[in-house]
Amino acid sequence: MTMDSTAAGPRFDVDRSLLVARLRAVLPPDSLLAEEEDLRPYECDGLTAYRQLPLLVALPASEAEAQAVLRVCHELKAPVVPRGAATGLSGGAMPHRDGVVVSLARLKKILRIDPLSRTAVVQPGVRNLAVSEAAAPHGLYYAPDPSSQIACTIGGNVAENSGGVHCLKYGLTVHNVLRVRGLTVAGEIVEFGGAALDAPGLDLLALMNGSEGMLALITEVTVRLTPKPELAQVVLASFDDVTKAGNAVASIIAAGIIPAGLEMMDKKATHAVEPYVNAGYDMNAEAILLCESDGTPEEVAEEIGRMRAVLEESGAAEIRVSQSEAERLKFWAGRKAAFPAVGRITPDYLCMDGTIPRKNLARMLIAIAEMEGRYGLRCANVFHAGDGNLHPLIMYDANQPGQLEQATAFGAEILELSVALGGTITGEHGVGIEKIVQMCAQFTPQELDAFHRLKQAFDPDARLNPGKAIPTAARCREYRQTRGGFPDTPAADAPRF
Amino acid sequence: MTALLEQWAARVRAAAADRTPLRLRGGGSKDFYGEPPAGGTLAVLDTRAHAGIVAYEPTELVVTARCGTPLAELEAVLAERGQTLPFEPPHFGPGATVGGCVAAGLSGPRRAQAGALRDFVLGARLLDGRGELLAFGGQVMKNVAGYDVPRLLAGSLGTLGLIVEVSLKVLPFAVATRTLRFDMPQTQALATLNAWGGQPLPVSASAWSDGVLHVRLEGAAAAVDAATRKLGGETLAGQAAAAFWQSLREQTHPFFGGDAAIPLWRLSLPSVTPPLDLPGTPLIEWGGAQRWLRGGDATTVRAAAARAGGHATLFRGDARGNGVFQPLAPPLAQIHRRLKAAFDPHGVFNPGRMYPEF
Ligand SMILES: Cc1cc2nc3c(=O)[nH]c(=O)nc-3n(C[C@H](O)[C@H](O)[C@H](O)COP(=O)(O)OP(=O)(O)OC[C@H]3O[C@@H](n4cnc5c(N)ncnc54)[C@H](O)[C@@H]3O)c2cc1C
Repeated sequence: MTMDSTAAGPRFDVDRSLLVARLRAVLPPDSLLAEEEDLRPYECDGLTAYRQLPLLVALPASEAEAQAVLRVCHELKAPVVPRGAATGLSGGAMPHRDGVVVSLARLKKILRIDPLSRTAVVQPGVRNLAVSEAAAPHGLYYAPDPSSQIACTIGGNVAENSGGVHCLKYGLTVHNVLRVRGLTVAGEIVEFGGAALDAPGLDLLALMNGSEGMLALITEVTVRLTPKPELAQVVLASFDDVTKAGNAVASIIAAGIIPAGLEMMDKKATHAVEPYVNAGYDMNAEAILLCESDGTPEEVAEEIGRMRAVLEESGAAEIRVSQSEAERLKFWAGRKAAFPAVGRITPDYLCMDGTIPRKNLARMLIAIAEMEGRYGLRCANVFHAGDGNLHPLIMYDANQPGQLEQATAFGAEILELSVALGGTITGEHGVGIEKIVQMCAQFTPQELDAFHRLKQAFDPDARLNPGKAIPTAARCREYRQTRGGFPDTPAADAPRF
Repeated sequence: MTALLEQWAARVRAAAADRTPLRLRGGGSKDFYGEPPAGGTLAVLDTRAHAGIVAYEPTELVVTARCGTPLAELEAVLAERGQTLPFEPPHFGPGATVGGCVAAGLSGPRRAQAGALRDFVLGARLLDGRGELLAFGGQVMKNVAGYDVPRLLAGSLGTLGLIVEVSLKVLPFAVATRTLRFDMPQTQALATLNAWGGQPLPVSASAWSDGVLHVRLEGAAAAVDAATRKLGGETLAGQAAAAFWQSLREQTHPFFGGDAAIPLWRLSLPSVTPPLDLPGTPLIEWGGAQRWLRGGDATTVRAAAARAGGHATLFRGDARGNGVFQPLAPPLAQIHRRLKAAFDPHGVFNPGRMYPEF
């Protein structure tokens, strides 16, 4: 079964046959899909619980073709939904039933790698990992490394401001992108940022990152490349108690250490992963931490020593340090395969994405354990602990009546607790369609209005990825009524961030 | 809302109703920066009354401060806990406030390595042109709920609203630091800096002027030592080194002195841009990506910067109708106007401070 997605945005009055004729005129024959069997593969992204067939799918192979598509859609007032590799986990690329999905999959050229300026200019459909592979001969790589990096595209990364397991030290997508070139909904070419470190005017480049395909269609990106550290080593620490592990995270930061990566997995996650990838995790541990150091060999030795001391003091039951690059990759393989590994032990799962202050990690884990009992569903926990970014994976079976609803309610409770603990409903996966209702818990109606007005500055008729990310006032009123708990205007001085 | 914020909100609403714009001002340390206010002398809204650090938890690497908090006070509180604002914002005077620092969006010597001010902005509360108090972003490292308004506010020069409060990411001070000095002509310095930039070296700042290249290393003691052995050069004494970088950050270095009537241009360029064919010798920072120039006429300087793929700002001096900031391409200018209208529909805040048309 799938969720009812009819709430996914307003209707548009589009003349389908005219649209098909006009798009056929500007695209090669194999670049427009209109038959239901061809549209079917596009009905959802990584959030498979929500599905919607689009009116059409366009597959431009150049910026000029993309521009032509947008101009036709603009003229005929058809909504447009950009799509990269559809690995998104919040339904951001879910089609609109009256609209055209514009897939950027064919715009996949790496246009330039410049080792001296340490930049790469790529088309939006280039896969994240392909950038690092192309830069590798120069001793460089693209730092943001989402676990989906073999598949996800740079365009999608920018649209979601994606993170990875190394972003505590190396930043998110927004910190590693210099320039975004794109098309407005009207098909006009715009450039945000540039080849220099900053650009004149307001920082629209920052705004493009995390804009979920709602402000512009990205057609080209310049990313910063980072020199590969000489050495990286990872410490694998086991804990017999999740609270101890959570506190160890805070202690590492308190000691003035910024690890290259700091990840946490609970027992359910390690037990899902271990049979799948044989990462060598301690099966008795209630939680494990992966704590990475990189730099010169001297620097790494010094830092690993400091990390080990903190972890010991925090009560780690066992500490292992990777002794080779192969072993380091093995330790990480478990973490990076966590989602598919959980996918093997359950018919379906929902991946949550709240971020909370690190000090509340243990509290959140305890609360989730309590919720598992209440909802009658299991939840494995994988955290970007260094950033306080949580990925609880709620396991359910969509074929069991009521389970999806239970899982959704479970997830909503985690997100609301994230906000209550001083955090946010989404750290890196975006709001999309999935968390749109929880936006009402995080923002006041006035703030949501400000977001709508901001969007109008780029897209006056709200036709670019309509119905995503920012809920309507009516939707929030309904949410507040059914939930009861949320005042219309929270006291502005409350620490509500 | 506190009584003071209520009062400010009422003032904004009144200004909107009477069409009498306001000039937002903290300590006035950056009065020189940007376009002069449009429409002559405006009523000043002094932000200094709303001051103080709201929350600071070193283990969360986040500090939240009210707009009127003196920047020096904030930095002192962080230093007590061994932490800092990694982007080294210039103060340009003892009165600099946190709100003004974020609105100006300027970063100091560590920018190329650590990131710019905007990279450290996590959350903001804004009093918009309708007199509404809005909160965006938050106090956590990762947050993609809603558009990234906090980063949009960085460098907005108060044109979108009054930044009432900000949350900034902070980092621990580096354990070790050393400054190396090399005699080197400009072309070689640019090539060298870019070559070093592609290697895993702990270079945290660089400056070239007058045939001398300074490079600052920061990181673990072992890394700084290893890099020193690799790069060579002459080590500057600790205090002299600190004073040198401070003189760049605050523009007290002799390059910035002398006749104040000579304009100071800031060119933001791809770091690999060869020496520009412009009169005068620049002072180069950020591994080649930021170049300062004394004198030069707007048309020539702007054209040279644009040809190289960058832009030029008249940082100090009289724009004489040529504009302080590089003009925007028409589609971008349109988005700017609409964004201004979205946040400040009646043009209450700092009219003309960034571009004369809004
Ligand atoms: C197994 C797995 C692991 C993951 N791990 C991580 C992780 O570690 N960190 C993380 O941050 N995310 C992770 N994700 C989520 C996802 O991979 C990222 O959000 C990714 O950036 C999406 O890229 P995509 O190309 O698949 O975009 P899509 O899913 O196709 O689209 C995502 C959004 O971007 C928009 N979009 C796509 N291309 C463009 C464009 N050219 N112009 C404008 N808008 C565009 C779409 O409209 C949509 O709103 C994971 C997902 C999976 C399935």
